[in-house]
Amino acid sequence: MAEALNEALHEELERDPGVFVVGEDVAQLGGLFQVTKGLLERFGAQRVIDAPISEAAQAGAGVGAALVGCRPVIELQIADFVSLVIDQVVNHAAKWRYMSGGRVTVPFVLRGAVSSGIGMAAQHSQTLEAWFVHAPGLVVIMPSTPYDAKGLLKSAIRDDNPVVFLEKRLLYSRKGPVPEQEYTVPIGVADVKREGSDVTVATYAAGVHLALQAARGLAREGVEVEVVDLRTLKPLDLETLVGSVRKTGRLVVVTEAARAGSFASEVVARLTDEAFDALRSAPVRVAAADVPMPYAAPLERAVLPQVEDVVAGINAALERVPA
Amino acid sequence: MAATAARENLRALEELLLRMWQIRAFELRAMELFEENLIRGSVHPYVGMEAIAVGACAALGPDDLITSTHRGHGHCIAKGLELKLMMAEIIGREDGYCRGRGGSMHITAIDKGMLGADAIVAGSSAIAVGAAHGLRLQGRDGVVLCFFGDGAANQGILHEACNLGAVLAAPVVFVCENNEWAISTPAAASTRIADIADRAAGYGMPGVVVDGNDVLAVRDVTAEAVARARAGDGPTLVEAKSYRITPHSAATKTDLRPPEELDAWRARDPILRLSRLLAEEHGVEPARLEQLEEQARRDVEEAVEFALASPRPEPEAALEDVYAPADWLTPGRLA
Repeated sequence: MAEALNEALHEELERDPGVFVVGEDVAQLGGLFQVTKGLLERFGAQRVIDAPISEAAQAGAGVGAALVGCRPVIELQIADFVSLVIDQVVNHAAKWRYMSGGRVTVPFVLRGAVSSGIGMAAQHSQTLEAWFVHAPGLVVIMPSTPYDAKGLLKSAIRDDNPVVFLEKRLLYSRKGPVPEQEYTVPIGVADVKREGSDVTVATYAAGVHLALQAARGLAREGVEVEVVDLRTLKPLDLETLVGSVRKTGRLVVVTEAARAGSFASEVVARLTDEAFDALRSAPVRVAAADVPMPYAAPLERAVLPQVEDVVAGINAALERVPA
Repeated sequence: MAATAARENLRALEELLLRMWQIRAFELRAMELFEENLIRGSVHPYVGMEAIAVGACAALGPDDLITSTHRGHGHCIAKGLELKLMMAEIIGREDGYCRGRGGSMHITAIDKGMLGADAIVAGSSAIAVGAAHGLRLQGRDGVVLCFFGDGAANQGILHEACNLGAVLAAPVVFVCENNEWAISTPAAASTRIADIADRAAGYGMPGVVVDGNDVLAVRDVTAEAVARARAGDGPTLVEAKSYRITPHSAATKTDLRPPEELDAWRARDPILRLSRLLAEEHGVEPARLEQLEEQARRDVEEAVEFALASPRPEPEAALEDVYAPADWLTPGRLA
């Protein structure tokens, strides 16, 4: 997936001279995870900037550049550092357009690597998309495959709105087909990654792979799971989600974020607003425990949702006692 | 030739005086309108500091940009924004610069060089750096001037922005308006240094202290910083020492500042200072000076009339313009 993201950046910097990349170690090193590899050599130091460790200034500079018509892409090495930039993103990027009465646009992309699952401990392992979904004016994207990652990053860069684009670090090494020819993936369109008739699992990013694995196991027991990859959290493709739940009558939402106030909670709320009548059982959230991420492997594993947790969630939604 | 130059110089000086009077009249009128409940929230008047905005903006060209603060009306007027559209914004009307969505603290008019007023203290400093870098990427030779206060000088983002601006040699000028008080906290209680400009050394840029009540000194110092930025030599930190004569905001009823300190600064009024200079060194008649003051007051009255006649926004419009047009955006539905 890192390679797909890298291709997206190469193509968009080539396509539009207003696109530039700023972040820590993005130029000389090509990014800690090689997502910005080769950009410096091709596009030069004015457009591929190794910035001082000043995340807030990087994000704020992105807002300023966007206001004069550029399309900055800011890389946060670790997505947890959003806490350092949140004023620039929420108080500036998200609302500059609205505060101006619709007279300005802020086409800006903030990328960050969500680094849970590999023992990076509490300050480098958070999944914080819900903070941004809560801020009117932002677009929030979390891809699960190389194909979606490339297509969505290209759409994000071309969009005239500020986008928070969170990439699960464990997915960087994930392989998947990416077409040779130019393509984009539209913002706000979910993708049914597996069709099924018994239960809908709505999820995103790494949750998609947990759900697919759970679905494969349950298929052997005769349970057909539909996996809806939301891809874009804001705007949410409610139509696809409601359509799926109208078919299955049951909903499980999987997120790697801490449960309280999570995006899973929002999905459940939106679905019950729109299609309560379609539900045959109570919706189920499968999420991380509400604790700071512990370091030791058995502890981190206990906190993050695992495939067996997703299976248990599906069984609960199906009111089914597993075989 | 010399006579023509002198005439032009005099006209420029009168223009500075008119702008300063416009700011003064605008702010005093806005405070009245707040008391009359025609302005909501608050208003942060710029009275006493007019020479900073007017002097600094006099050093800018039409393609240069500024960022501003919660106390931003003076910056807007100095940059050439229209009083009518400003007043309509502050009163919350549809004809305002932001159609009543922003209010006093968020006036934005990029076509006039105003990137936006920012009510997060020091918030716009990195925006200024990024805008400056963006202009350079686009091959434009504009400079961005960032206004902030002595209170903002202690915010983390300001340090980050100054450092980043210096590292990038971005065409930006930082103008610190040191008015000595952050609401009730004196600058001396917030920093151990006497001059904020000293911090420039820590960023590797020049730091200059200027008398913020001397409009010509502010103009000249800023002009040098702007030339330096435009030439690609990076930012300058200009510290303009001044004082806010009016309270922190129209809604702030308690003022802890010593009355004798206020009186001392009233005696150094930047408008009277330029008026004296015009009278004593350029032979401008008192009647002409009064005429300029009167014109400013009239301009502001016209702005108030215009604003009050402007329609209020329709309630259903509150949901518009959260997002810029996009394929995924369904009209009438939020994300």
